[in-house]
Amino acid sequence: MASETFYEVMRRQGITRRSFMKFCSLTAASLGLAPAFASKIANAMETKPRTPVIWLHGLECTCCSESFIRSAHPLAKDVVLSMLSLDYDDTLMAAAGHQAEAALEEIKKKYKGNYILAVEGNPPLNEDGMYCIQGGRPFVEVLKETAADAKAIISWGACASWGCVQAAKPNPTRATPVHKVITDKPIIKVPGCPPIAEVMTGVITYMLTFDRLPELDRQGRPKMFYGQRIHDKCYRRPHFDAGQFVESWDDDGARKGFCLYKMGCKGPTTYNACSTMRWNGGVSFPIQSGHGCIGCSEEGFWDKGGFYNRVTNINQFGIEANADKVGGTLAGVAGAAVVAHAAVSALSRARSGKTEQGEK
Amino acid sequence: MSVDIASNADLETAAGNTVYVYEAPVRLWHWINALSIVVLAVTGYLIASPLPSVGGEASDNFLMGYIRFTHFTAAYVFAIGFLVRLYWAVVGNHHARQLFLLPLNDAKWWAGIWHELRWYFFFEKLTQKYVGHNPLAHLCMYLAITVGGLFMIVTGFALYGEGAQEGHWSHALFTSWVIPLFGQSQSVHSWHHLAAWGIVIFIMIHIYAALRWEFMSRQTVISSMISGTRTFRE
Ligand code: HEM
Ligand code: SF4
Repeated sequence: MASETFYEVMRRQGITRRSFMKFCSLTAASLGLAPAFASKIANAMETKPRTPVIWLHGLECTCCSESFIRSAHPLAKDVVLSMLSLDYDDTLMAAAGHQAEAALEEIKKKYKGNYILAVEGNPPLNEDGMYCIQGGRPFVEVLKETAADAKAIISWGACASWGCVQAAKPNPTRATPVHKVITDKPIIKVPGCPPIAEVMTGVITYMLTFDRLPELDRQGRPKMFYGQRIHDKCYRRPHFDAGQFVESWDDDGARKGFCLYKMGCKGPTTYNACSTMRWNGGVSFPIQSGHGCIGCSEEGFWDKGGFYNRVTNINQFGIEANADKVGGTLAGVAGAAVVAHAAVSALSRARSGKTEQGEK
Repeated sequence: MSVDIASNADLETAAGNTVYVYEAPVRLWHWINALSIVVLAVTGYLIASPLPSVGGEASDNFLMGYIRFTHFTAAYVFAIGFLVRLYWAVVGNHHARQLFLLPLNDAKWWAGIWHELRWYFFFEKLTQKYVGHNPLAHLCMYLAITVGGLFMIVTGFALYGEGAQEGHWSHALFTSWVIPLFGQSQSVHSWHHLAAWGIVIFIMIHIYAALRWEFMSRQTVISSMISGTRTFRE
């Protein structure tokens, strides 16, 4: 079985060659690769022994899995999912309990150094990891053990990538993103809460077929999906440039589909593919549905104050305040001080002038 | 570098004497810089808190676009001015270097700051005389314009490179490392915005202090930045 290729697995799952070729073209297209890559993907899948994937769940809400199984391209989903379910994913696999744990042990042994570890959620580190127990053991231990023999790690979602809401101040369980716990493996971050389904299948297919990580940016995200901001490809952008904004919910601008900038849209500061790939099979995405982007794929988006404010809070001061509040207050104080100082200066000058005259 | 604190006995600063201090490029830069900062502060504020929405078709309007364009044009003026000024610090007279260097281990300089603080709090009747910038102004200008200006250029072009995207020099030079350094783009916006307030506050105090020195000290200040010469009155 070790030498079984992806193609063989797919055929065994009852997928026709025609569907297989379609899948390859689709994958090349969704990865933004040239048409010629479709045959390269096909070739890789036909000849390479398949790479197993172990999918672990830490402190999370399972929205990444929920998103993943709703991938718009049923073929992509079926193929990837069927390959995945051969291995280990405690929420998706058929096996449970001791049987599941045995499967995990077997893959770790059999494919030592050769499997991909996908992590959804993150390990809480306080109290020796007791805030997240899995199979009777702290998740952080399971994570470290499984990571030790993995070839590469995928950090699914905002939890694994950045910490997400369970890491919000004061972070009582000390929920910690994966890259801060595992430091000796290549890690690819696929942030979002959740990430887009097609982005997830795209990333995992790329890694399975090409046997390497896609090109990453400095923060470890695949450039093909996180290279541009929502704002760069938003269909409401002409209204932004024109200066046409939604000023309050349900106003005329909202009905006309104006830009949501003033309602706190984080599209200008969020790197993700929502405005191009959209959600639910390309049906819509938050901005198209009339709500600003909340920046769910950005680090620390949960700790920056209001989702509905354009100018958000700076946390360094120990108080909840944004740049305008801090700066405006200080400018007000400075202005008042200048006026007061000028008044005192004039007064003291007038007085000293008088005493000089009096003395003369 | 030497500190331009003159003792009362110095001939150079004797009453009625005039010294050439600020060369033409320094003066020109000062006023161009001042203008660009005003434009940057106003347009920057309007970027964060845009004007009320305009009506009509989107393709007939470009208000936000023009405001941003003005910000970026002024930003280029500000940044290129900064570089040219840096060049002039090298080739100009020694006063041109003062803005970029703090004589932190010069006891006389610290004493000058102390004396001036006392003057501002009405404990001293007379200012000391300074050929170049007085020590307190020197410190504030260094923090607001040298450090603050550089911070605005670095964070500003990092934000600019986000729109210009990969392949643009601003992305390679700034965006690629500034955004990861702050964690995310929104934080860079927040700090760029906060530092803008810092510069605005500096300008308020700078103008007041310059006026006060012009009228209440023993030397010219504002007219010096116009004519380039410093005249000592008493
Ligand atoms: C004294 C100098 C400057 C001041 C006072 C200033 C002020 C501001 C302010 C208040 C904002 C709004 C920030 C926010 O989103 O909350 C802003 C945004 C911005 N500034 Fe500046 N700025 C200065 C220099 C620069 C420079 C040198 C550049 C370089 C190109 C620059 C580029 C930008 C960009 C790209 C934005 C974001 C625009 C957008 O999101 O549409 N700024 N600036
Ligand atoms: S709705 Fe958001 S992302 Fe779209 S143009 Fe406006 S600010 Fe940018």
